[in-house]
Amino acid sequence: MKAPRFAYARPASVAEALALLAEHKDEARVLAGGQSLVPMLNFRVAAPKVLVDINRIAALTGIKVSKNHLRIGALVRHVELERSADIARHLPLIAAAMPHVAHPAIRNRGTFGGSCALADPAAELPACAIALAAIFVVASKKGERRIAAQDFFKGLYATALKAGELLVAAEFPLPKPADASAFGELARRHGDYAMVGVAAHGSTQGGKFSDMRVVFFGVADRPQRAAEFEAALGGQAAAARTIAAALPRLDADLSPRADFHGSAATKRHLAKVLAGRVLKQMEGVS
Amino acid sequence: MKAAAETLEVSLTVNGEAVKRSVPARLNLADFLRIELELTGTHVGCEHGVCGACTLRVDGEIVRGCLMFAAQADGCTVDTIEGLSDSREIEELQSAFVLTNALQCGFCTPGVLMAAQALLRDEPNPSRERIREYLSGNYCRCTGYQAIVDAIEAVAKARAARSVR
Repeated sequence: MKAPRFAYARPASVAEALALLAEHKDEARVLAGGQSLVPMLNFRVAAPKVLVDINRIAALTGIKVSKNHLRIGALVRHVELERSADIARHLPLIAAAMPHVAHPAIRNRGTFGGSCALADPAAELPACAIALAAIFVVASKKGERRIAAQDFFKGLYATALKAGELLVAAEFPLPKPADASAFGELARRHGDYAMVGVAAHGSTQGGKFSDMRVVFFGVADRPQRAAEFEAALGGQAAAARTIAAALPRLDADLSPRADFHGSAATKRHLAKVLAGRVLKQMEGVS
Repeated sequence: MKAAAETLEVSLTVNGEAVKRSVPARLNLADFLRIELELTGTHVGCEHGVCGACTLRVDGEIVRGCLMFAAQADGCTVDTIEGLSDSREIEELQSAFVLTNALQCGFCTPGVLMAAQALLRDEPNPSRERIREYLSGNYCRCTGYQAIVDAIEAVAKARAARSVR
């Protein structure tokens, strides 16, 4: 179908965008890359009165590395993440995830901020943001606030963003020398949303796992950290046998619901297979 | 700042020609090209970004024409299959598609050619696996893809052979 009627505004600055969001409140939706919002409009799942197109706001663009963190602007396109030397160097987890995000024509438009603000439970970037302990920077007419990625995702397409707020960027702490990460997902076709996916980050300093953050996606209404599994890895030898021994703990962490990909038991099984496969690829694991 | 509006003035360049129109905000770029400019080579299939039939180029990069509004293309340079065909940019690909029988009904072909040209521009010598991966966002319900991959691979190899000589 075609999108329903709406009014369109294209602010040139964050201040203008915030003024529009404050004016139209719940009746406004932010249009970033549009790769999920426009299908939702065409399906008439969403019917906002006003679309606030943030695509021409220069302040929302760019990947910047500073002393302590790497900042990704909300409007950074997937293709930029895919090709960025800074991302490849500092956040290899995200570099590994990008080829799994949809298809080239979608990655040319889709944005980092759009993916996070939409909060699709099977999307890659929200899981990466939690695994990397990112902090989201959110602006409104009242000022800025910061929200840890862990607290940002509230459920199915639900986030901590309130009416009138705009996600402007995320700040990722720069990894330490012995940090390592790994990413993988299972999808029926390349570029489809994941049946099950996992984003993992942690340290293998001294040949032992520590500070492990293992986040599954596509198994719950939001990205899900596997606390029991992480605890079973922590302090143990960074080795394939440690991972194999810890895998049964995922039964306590994950309670996937059946969906059109398969039964709950199938998804749980796939999560274990995938975690076993992916974590072995972390640098420093023998 | 302009207030939110349901009708907007847009100026853009389509296949090298300046175009100025007044458009409803809800009109997507693919429909704008097809209905307003009568450039019907850009096909509209699923209207939710899955099938790839509406693939076109905005400011040099391929996008889904159904997932962008015409209003968003204000000030942009848009290239459609008609433009790429007339400029002979995709001549080799078109010939290879005919030679290998890489199309049957032809509905997906404009979008596939758009994607194939983008791939060969960025990666002149892709593997078959890479071609399949890159084209995973373009559905073809006739060919089974084999001949499409053959055609794109043949063009890549022909170009590589020429550059060695």
